[in-house]
Amino acid sequence: MGDLNTQMLDKYRNNFLHEVEEKVDDGHWVKMCMQCGVCAGSCTFGPDWEHTPQKIFMMIRAGKREEVLSSHSMWLCTSCYNCMVRCPRELPITHIMHGLASYAHRLGLAPKNQPTRDFSLIFWDNCTKTGRVNELRMTISVYFREGIVSGIKKMWTLRNVGRGLFFAKRLNPLELFVSHGCKDKDGLRRALKKADEIEARRRGYAVQPRGYSS
Amino acid sequence: MADMKTAAYICKGCGIGERVDTAQMAKIATKEGKMHLVREHDFLCSAAGVQVIRDDIEREGATHVLIAACSRRAKTEAFYFPSIALSRANIREGVIWARPDTEEARETTQEMADDYLRMGCGELKKMKLAGGVQDTGHAKRLLVVGGGVSGLTAAAEASKTGYQVVLVEKAAALGGWAAKLHRRMPLREPYAEPQDTGMAELIKAVTGDANIKVITNAVIARTDGAPGRFKVDISVESGPSLTEEVGAIIQATGFSTYDIAKLPELGGGKSPNVIDQAELERLAKQAAGKGQAIVRPSDGGEVKTVVFVQCAGQRDSTGKHLAYCSGFCCGASIKQAMYFKDANPAVDTVVIYDDLRVPGNGEDFYRSAQNKGVTFTKGRIASVEAKGDACEVKFRDLILDEDATIAAADLVVLATGQVPNSGVNIDIPAEEAAKMEVKPVSILNLSYRQGKDMPQLAHGFTDSHFICFPYETRRTGIYSAGPVRRPMDMVQATEDATGATLKAIQAMENAELGRAAHPRSGDLSYPIVQLDGCTQCKRCTVECPFGAIDEDEKTYPVFNESRCRRCGTCMGACPVRVISFENYSCDTVGAQIKAVDVPDEFSEKPRILVLACENDAYPAIDMAGMQRNCYSAFVRVIPVRCLGSVNTIWITDALSAGFDGIMMLGCKHGDDYQCHFVKGSELASVRMSKIDDTLKQLALETERVISHDVAITDMARVPQLINDYAAKINEIGMSPLKGFA
Repeated sequence: MGDLNTQMLDKYRNNFLHEVEEKVDDGHWVKMCMQCGVCAGSCTFGPDWEHTPQKIFMMIRAGKREEVLSSHSMWLCTSCYNCMVRCPRELPITHIMHGLASYAHRLGLAPKNQPTRDFSLIFWDNCTKTGRVNELRMTISVYFREGIVSGIKKMWTLRNVGRGLFFAKRLNPLELFVSHGCKDKDGLRRALKKADEIEARRRGYAVQPRGYSS
Repeated sequence: MADMKTAAYICKGCGIGERVDTAQMAKIATKEGKMHLVREHDFLCSAAGVQVIRDDIEREGATHVLIAACSRRAKTEAFYFPSIALSRANIREGVIWARPDTEEARETTQEMADDYLRMGCGELKKMKLAGGVQDTGHAKRLLVVGGGVSGLTAAAEASKTGYQVVLVEKAAALGGWAAKLHRRMPLREPYAEPQDTGMAELIKAVTGDANIKVITNAVIARTDGAPGRFKVDISVESGPSLTEEVGAIIQATGFSTYDIAKLPELGGGKSPNVIDQAELERLAKQAAGKGQAIVRPSDGGEVKTVVFVQCAGQRDSTGKHLAYCSGFCCGASIKQAMYFKDANPAVDTVVIYDDLRVPGNGEDFYRSAQNKGVTFTKGRIASVEAKGDACEVKFRDLILDEDATIAAADLVVLATGQVPNSGVNIDIPAEEAAKMEVKPVSILNLSYRQGKDMPQLAHGFTDSHFICFPYETRRTGIYSAGPVRRPMDMVQATEDATGATLKAIQAMENAELGRAAHPRSGDLSYPIVQLDGCTQCKRCTVECPFGAIDEDEKTYPVFNESRCRRCGTCMGACPVRVISFENYSCDTVGAQIKAVDVPDEFSEKPRILVLACENDAYPAIDMAGMQRNCYSAFVRVIPVRCLGSVNTIWITDALSAGFDGIMMLGCKHGDDYQCHFVKGSELASVRMSKIDDTLKQLALETERVISHDVAITDMARVPQLINDYAAKINEIGMSPLKGFA
C-alpha cells in the first residue's frame, strides 16, 4: 500500500483544511465553523479534552496536521450528540470527530494504545469474523489488552457480575471455543469488502482491509 | 378673563361612582372650584356623555372644560374638543385604581379624588386655548446636504412623495463612497453573492428628476430661519452664490475614512501593499474595468495571499483611535474576500477578526464566504511588516491562544472605520477650538445662537434620541441621515434617509400649521415671553436643548416658535418667570399646588407632591394603577411636560403650602439619556442640586425634595418609590411650614 501518510502529505502540502475536506467524512463542514464555542461548552467530556471540537476545527484551519491527527480528543467522543444538536451552524460535529479519528487511524497517526481505538478494533475484528459479536471473547480481549496481570485483576473485580450473568444464562462459557455466527459469512465478508472498495474509490485510496493490519 | 365659562364633568363610570362620593366632588367643584357648570354622568365617554359636553360648549358657551374621569392619556379621541381649553382630573388610574378597595382606605381615597378635582379646577382657570403660531413659513422644499447614497435616497424619496428638493453636493460628482464601490453586499435572498451597487441608476434617477435641483461643487455658506422658512445661502465653487428658501433640511454628509497612516503598527502608510477597504474597492473597480485580476500595488505582481484585518483603529480602548465599531466593515471584508475567491479560488484569503459582526442578513453572506473557502481566524494583530513586496503578519490566535504568523501576504487590507462629517463641535468652547490642530469646517453654518452645526452626542455623531426617535436631531426641521448620525452600511443608510425624509416632510407640514414636531407633535401651544420683565440673563437662550431661541442685539431672547419642541425647558429656567405657554405655565401648575387641601400637622396625613414627566414617569404611574399596584394616598401627582420645565417657584410654592415632601420623577440623563427632550432631565438635576441650600436656609431637611430616574416600564417600581418616600417622610416628620400659607 505504500505509506498513505506520506502520500497525503505530498498531495496536500500545507493545505490540511483541503485534505480534511476531501478525505474525512463530513470534513467539508469544517470550514463552516464560526468559532462560537457552543460545542466546547456543550461537550460532556469538556474538561477532559486535550482540544475541544472548536479548537480542533481551528487547528485544522491553521494547518496543524500532526497535532490534530495524533490527538486523543476525537477518540474521547461518546457520541452524545449534544454539540451537534446545539451547533448554530448545524455542523455534524460528532460525525466529523469520528471521521477525523478514522482518518488518523488509517494514516497510522492515531495515538498508540488509545483505549477507544483499541476497543473499536477488537469489536470490529470480533464482529466481522462471524457476523455476530462473541461477547465472551471480546470481553477477554479487552481485559487482557494491557497484559495478563491487569487482565486477571479486571476479571477478579467483576467476578460477581460474571457469575450473575452465567446464572441468568446470559454468558455461555462454551462460546470461548465455538462462536455462533450469521448464516452467510462469506456474503458478509464480500459486502464489507465491497464497502471498502467503494470508500477507497471515493476517497482515492488503494484498497486495503480494515483492522489491525493497516 | 371676562368671557371664560368653566364647566366640570364628573364621570361615575368604571367604578368611580361606587368608590368615591361624586356628589361631594360636585359640591367642591361648585363651591371651591367656582365652576359655572357642574355635571355628573354615569358614562361620560359614551356618545351620550360626550354629547352633553358638546351641547354645553355650543349652547352654554363653555370655554373651559374639566373632565374628572380617567387619566389624560385615556379616551383622548372621545374627549377631543379642539375649540376649548381642556383639563383632566385623573380619578380612575390615579385614585380608585391606585388605592385598595377597603373600608379603611375609603376616607383617604375620597380625599385624593377631592384634591385632584380641586387641582383640575385650579389649573383650568389659569389655562388658555392654545391657538398655534401665526405667520410661520410656508416653504415646502427640502434641502438635502450631501449627494451620497443617503442624500440621493432622501432626494428621490421626497420627490416621489411630491416634494421639491434642492440637493447640494460638495464634490463635482454625485454618489459619494457608495458610487466608488466595485460591488455591494447582497440585498436579496439568498444573500450569497456581492451585487452591483445600483448607484448609477440612482444618480440617473435623481439628475433626471424635474423635482430635484442638483447643485454640485457647492457648500452651504449660511443657514438662517426655522422650519418652514429656512433661508440657505449656497456658495458654488465657480459661479454665483444662490439663496434658496426651504422648509426642512436633511444633512447626509456621510463619513470620511480613518487615515491608515495613523496605524503604523498595522503597516499603515509603510507599504503600498497595506491598504484600506476604500482603496481595495478602487483597485477592484480598476481591475474589473480592465478585465484583469487585482494585482499587488507595489509591483503589479500576482496576489496569492490576502489578509483582512478587522477593527483596524476601531473599538480601541487606549484612546488613540476610534472607540466604536463601525458596523459595516466585517461585511465589507467578507465581500472583498469574495472578489478574490470568485476570480480565483486558489487565492488564500484570511480574515482576522476579534468579533465578526454582520448585522442584517450578513450572517448568510458570512456563511457564503465560508463556503467559498474564505478563512476566518479569531485573532489580534501584533504587527504587519513589509518585507520586500510581501508583508509579514504576526497575530495572536485567540482560539488556540498562541502566536501565529502569515509569512508572506501580498495584500493587507485594513478595515478602518467611519469618521462622521459633522462639522464643528459646538460644545467645545471657542478658545479651545482655536487651539485644535485641524479646524473643522462647518457644514450648515447655522446662524443660530447656540452654534453653527448640530449638537453631537459622542465621537462626532449628531445627537439623536436613540431609543424613541432616532431621526430627530436637536435642531428642529433639520434631520441627519446616514453615517453622520451613526456608523452604518448602505442598507441602513437607505432606510435612514427614507425615515429622515418622512420626518422632514412632517416638520414642514407641521411648521405651516404652527404645530410642534416630535415628541409633542401636533401641539399648538408655544412659549410666550413677557419681554418687559426679562432680565436678559440668557438662561433660556443657553439652555434650550433645541437651539430655538436666538438673542437680539440687546440680548433679549428671540423665540423661533417653529424650532421649538414645546418642552418648557426655557420656562423652567426663567428666574423671573416671564415665559409661559397658553395651557402650561408657572401659574397652571402653581394653581394646582395651591389648590391641594393640606391637613394640619396633627392630622398624621402628610402631603407629597409628585412632579412626573408626562412622557415616561406619568404613564408608569398610570400603568401602576392599571395593574392595581397601590401606592400611598398622600401623594398628589402633577404631570409636567419635562422635568426641564420645572420652575423652582413650584418647589417654593409647595413647601410654603405645607407639602411635606416633593418627588421629581423624570427620565434618565447622561450619555445614554432617555429624556424625550434630550437635556431636560439633566438640566433639572443641575437646578435641583442647588435646591439643597434653599432647603437648609428654610431649616428643612434636604430629603424633602428628591428626584428619581423613572422609565416607562417602571410600573412596579414607581409605587415602591412612592411608598418608600412616604415612609421616609413619616420618619422625618411633618413639615414645620404648615399653616402659614
